[in-house]
Amino acid sequence: MAFNIIVLAKQVPDTRNVGKDAMKADGTVNRAALPAIFNPEDLNAMEQALGIKEQFPGSTITVLTMGPGRAADILREGLFRGADDGVLLTDRAFAGADTLATSYALSMAIRKIGKFDLILAGRQAIDGDTAQVGPQIAEKLGIPQITYAENIEAIKGDRIIVKRRLDNGVEVVECPLPTLITVNGSARTCRPRNAKLLLKYKHAKTVTERQVENLDYIDIYNSHPYLNLTEWSVADVQADSKLCGLSGSPTKVKKIENVVFQAKESKRLGDNDVEIDELMRELIENHTIG
Amino acid sequence: MNNLFVYLEIEEGMVAEVSLELLTKGRSLANQLNCKLEAIAAGANLDTIAQQVFPYGVDVLHLFKDDRLSPYTTLPHTSILVELFKKEQPQICLMGATIIGRDLGPRVSSALGSGLTADCTSLEIGDHEEKKIGKVYKDLLYQIRPAFGGNIVAWIINPDHRPQMATVREGVMKKEIVDPFYKGEIVEHTVNDFVKEEDFVITVIDRHIEKSKVNIKNAPIIVSGGYGVGSKENFQLLYQLADILGAEVGASRAAVDAGFAEHERQVGQTGVTVRPKVYIACGISGQIQHIAGMQDSSLIISINSDPDAPINAIADYVITGEVEKVIPKMIKYYKKNTK
Ligand SMILES: Cc1cc2nc3c(=O)[nH]c(=O)nc-3n(C[C@H](O)[C@H](O)[C@H](O)COP(=O)(O)OP(=O)(O)OC[C@H]3O[C@@H](n4cnc5c(N)ncnc54)[C@H](O)[C@@H]3O)c2cc1C
Ligand SMILES: Nc1ncnc2c1ncn2[C@@H]1O[C@H](COP(=O)(O)O)[C@@H](O)[C@H]1O
Repeated sequence: MAFNIIVLAKQVPDTRNVGKDAMKADGTVNRAALPAIFNPEDLNAMEQALGIKEQFPGSTITVLTMGPGRAADILREGLFRGADDGVLLTDRAFAGADTLATSYALSMAIRKIGKFDLILAGRQAIDGDTAQVGPQIAEKLGIPQITYAENIEAIKGDRIIVKRRLDNGVEVVECPLPTLITVNGSARTCRPRNAKLLLKYKHAKTVTERQVENLDYIDIYNSHPYLNLTEWSVADVQADSKLCGLSGSPTKVKKIENVVFQAKESKRLGDNDVEIDELMRELIENHTIG
Repeated sequence: MNNLFVYLEIEEGMVAEVSLELLTKGRSLANQLNCKLEAIAAGANLDTIAQQVFPYGVDVLHLFKDDRLSPYTTLPHTSILVELFKKEQPQICLMGATIIGRDLGPRVSSALGSGLTADCTSLEIGDHEEKKIGKVYKDLLYQIRPAFGGNIVAWIINPDHRPQMATVREGVMKKEIVDPFYKGEIVEHTVNDFVKEEDFVITVIDRHIEKSKVNIKNAPIIVSGGYGVGSKENFQLLYQLADILGAEVGASRAAVDAGFAEHERQVGQTGVTVRPKVYIACGISGQIQHIAGMQDSSLIISINSDPDAPINAIADYVITGEVEKVIPKMIKYYKKNTK
């Protein structure tokens, strides 16, 4: 048995490391100052895919990402860890997509990839935390979904058994293939890059990257076809551009508001014993604590 | 027609807190819109649902009784909502931002081609003018949530698609009985008219649900730690302080992501919303997503080495100093001066 697996991975700003310099003077985030990373839970999804590939030799993993040109980094990162193939879905017309327009675009790319037994996604992307894109893709493809997965326990024939991590417990479910699974951060962490694969795929590039960069080793792309990363536009996946990007998004941002919190009249204290003791005395005396 | 629907989450015959909170919010929005509040219950063991939800002002309760609908699985519950919504054409649908709501909501929104906004911290009704086409939309649902970064709140609308769907976390809205004798109507549906045999492809083989041991939502005092606490070991100081004060320990997402505390303790937009008597924020900078979950605390104490940390602006007491120095002093004084 061998399986064709698609891993959905998004490049996200590292919201976990929002340092002080990441904020602009007007209180908005300076996205440029945030490192762009492989969405953490997508790495957990990647690891589940690698586990299956190990257990069922001959299985293939295709990493699919939608984003600007620099999101090709995600595809290389996937290849370094053991994916076979990468597809970048990129087009101006995809810009400004909400989750519904995103899932439409990705589902069209998946249709073009064609044969798959399993789609693995992260539970959610840390830039929006919506956890919507996975289930919406499953709906568009007309396949079942298993969200909050922690481990793929077994695949028997065309049935998969998956452990889910719920808020206060666990659930084990069985589902026929093909299906879409979203993987939790509580799942196994992804294995590191493989040194051999790193060497092999270091120069893997999309068409656009090869055009804009001045490469003196351009010939290798003819002799080493695996270094060509697939890049698709709206037209390539036969998507209806009205259903993509901003125009395909039912949700609109009416306005963005800077919230200025009602600054309170705070009492300021130092960390010396006298001031701390005084505060504690006050809180105990007025029965706030104790 | 065009009413406001709330999907009820049910575990062992009991309606979840978050669903009751949404009924309360739904009731007030429905009053503003001059429409009905309708609720959907799908599962087994639904005999007491009506008596549980009518006091919250539910006008119509849709019942789908079938043993196969419990425990929850995605596809049959999706089919029920999608088919019911095609008939009823609701203008708004609200769900809890729970494991179930976040599994079901996106599936339904995709099937209906309607938008969905996750983790709203506030819902309001208002108009919208689309200047480019000179069109005024009346009485839209403003789905308000902190947006990534800065102290920014985004107001999201769905002008052209129905239903307008939103999820809200537990604790964000307050539940309130409107009338213990409120009379609603029960509509019992034939489940097989809504679901197909193929919807039952997923089998639940095993299931353990435990009541959470952590209860920060109802704790009167919360000692909450952020990334500035520095380590899991340092978090022990927070547990010690919480222990003597009879408090619970909370955390920011950065602290949870760093592995200092469990996810159940996360306070904020994508965690729990709390309103304790006292909230002690230790090494928390105070990003909007965190503040959204604790700003209604009666008394806020911030312990932060940075005198300009944003959280200090909303704190009643600001202690400028290091967590690992300040907390032991608080513990020491408390132990010495109470029995
Ligand atoms: C979609 C989305 C949803 C989110 N949801 C949530 C949510 O629900 N809850 C949440 O909390 N966050 C949430 N966040 C993350 C949020 O934006 C912030 O990144 C997070 O709250 C920061 O946590 P922090 O204050 O602990 O860390 P930091 O911002 O790193 O702040 C650490 C603070 O500790 C102080 N400090 C450092 N050392 C010490 C010391 N020794 N003693 C005392 N003080 C010290 C520093 O001065 C600083 O103020 C969300 C983000 C996104 C994008
Ligand atoms: N632009 C994208 N490209 C590839 N995968 C994506 C993209 N957006 C979302 N996903 C996948 O969908 C999951 C949930 O995303 P979200 O709904 O944004 O929280 C992510 O963890 C990814 O696996």
